[in-house]
Amino acid sequence: MKNKYGKIALDGVIFNNPTFVLVLGTCPTLGLISSASSAAGMGLTVVVILTLSNILISAFRKIIPNEVRIPAYIVIIATLVTLARMVMEKFMPDLYDSLGGFLALIVVNCIILGRAEAFANKHTVLESAVDGLATGMGFTAALTIMGIICEFLGSGSLFGAKIMDFSIGLFATPAGSFIIYGLSIAVFTYILDTIARYRRVKANKLSRENLLDNRDLGESAAAPAAKEAE
Amino acid sequence: MGTLIAIILAAVLTNNFITVKTYGICPFLGVSKNTKSALGMGVAVTIVMAIAVAVTYPVYNYLMKIPSISWWNFQFLEIIVFIFIIASLVQMLEAIIRKLSPSLYNAMGIYLPLITTNCAVLGVCELVIGDMSGIIGSGFVMNFGWAVLYALFSGIGFTLVMLIMSGLREKLNCCKVSKSLAGFPISMITASFICMAFMVFTYIV
Repeated sequence: MKNKYGKIALDGVIFNNPTFVLVLGTCPTLGLISSASSAAGMGLTVVVILTLSNILISAFRKIIPNEVRIPAYIVIIATLVTLARMVMEKFMPDLYDSLGGFLALIVVNCIILGRAEAFANKHTVLESAVDGLATGMGFTAALTIMGIICEFLGSGSLFGAKIMDFSIGLFATPAGSFIIYGLSIAVFTYILDTIARYRRVKANKLSRENLLDNRDLGESAAAPAAKEAE
Repeated sequence: MGTLIAIILAAVLTNNFITVKTYGICPFLGVSKNTKSALGMGVAVTIVMAIAVAVTYPVYNYLMKIPSISWWNFQFLEIIVFIFIIASLVQMLEAIIRKLSPSLYNAMGIYLPLITTNCAVLGVCELVIGDMSGIIGSGFVMNFGWAVLYALFSGIGFTLVMLIMSGLREKLNCCKVSKSLAGFPISMITASFICMAFMVFTYIV
């Protein structure tokens, strides 16, 4: 039981990372990673909205008719975004200003509608909540890492605090964001590929050893055992 | 006349939606594999942007707030209302085009459903109701005509960048790219060079 939630969480954060693997929600990513604190703020806002929308959609999944499900999801998401905007305008005016137009654009962020369509309308409330939290955390982690790199190269600072006296103007503009995003995807894909290859080699080795062990016992036992190892 | 030129230059070059504002990146990366589909998508986005602003701007300013009735102020519901207007508009446009011109529908109809969840359309509707003096110049007063014009030329700027990108990607198909860089990463690095080229216009204007 616990293993199932662990798998959902691991999928959301690493193997189905919305930013690096699925490449969804690119507009706020490219627009905000020139500053680490606004990138992290955007990520956390998406975590809250994605978790709440996943919970609501999964709770109403038996009531919403299949034909009008997309408009219904959009209404739920738009309501949540409107609420989040009001709360942030009142209590977090600095973050509200730094996110700018991208706050309203969370409505059309593909990650939220994508998770609603691909996960929340088929799973229970608890599973959907875990999935929303994990996917959101994957998005936040990706944005924060790229934000730190971009801000450091662009202005020599870390979360707004100056730590080194240099700046490469390119990385404060969308052009630098594009380069950092592209290279980050390449590195992430390379790491995932390496892990997959390592696992495959290990599994092959294991099944070959099993096969050799079984061959000693006799021809008749080898065939079913090999099938099991597969 | 000065305002007209300022709006055209700002919308197409200095505040281009893709290269400067980074709105509408999903179609920019997804539908720019060949020039024909990039042009279809660009034209569809331009039309929807202009019509969407032509509908949402008066609705926001004259229908959701009526000064003579003090309690009638629903401007805080802008996101919900705008996304609904855009979604129904796209559906309507699709039906009209299918009825009037099947050949046009074959050319760009398949891109229409994708436009509902396009940041650029909602982005331009949100942009023109806000403060635009930073983009066009101080003392600029927005009205209906300028709003629609701004949306139209933003769409043209979007189409321009889509066309440049699709041309580059067609050339990119002939190159050998390492496995982890193939696909999105190399397209983004290409896009970065387009952004650099567009940055130069900021210094000219």
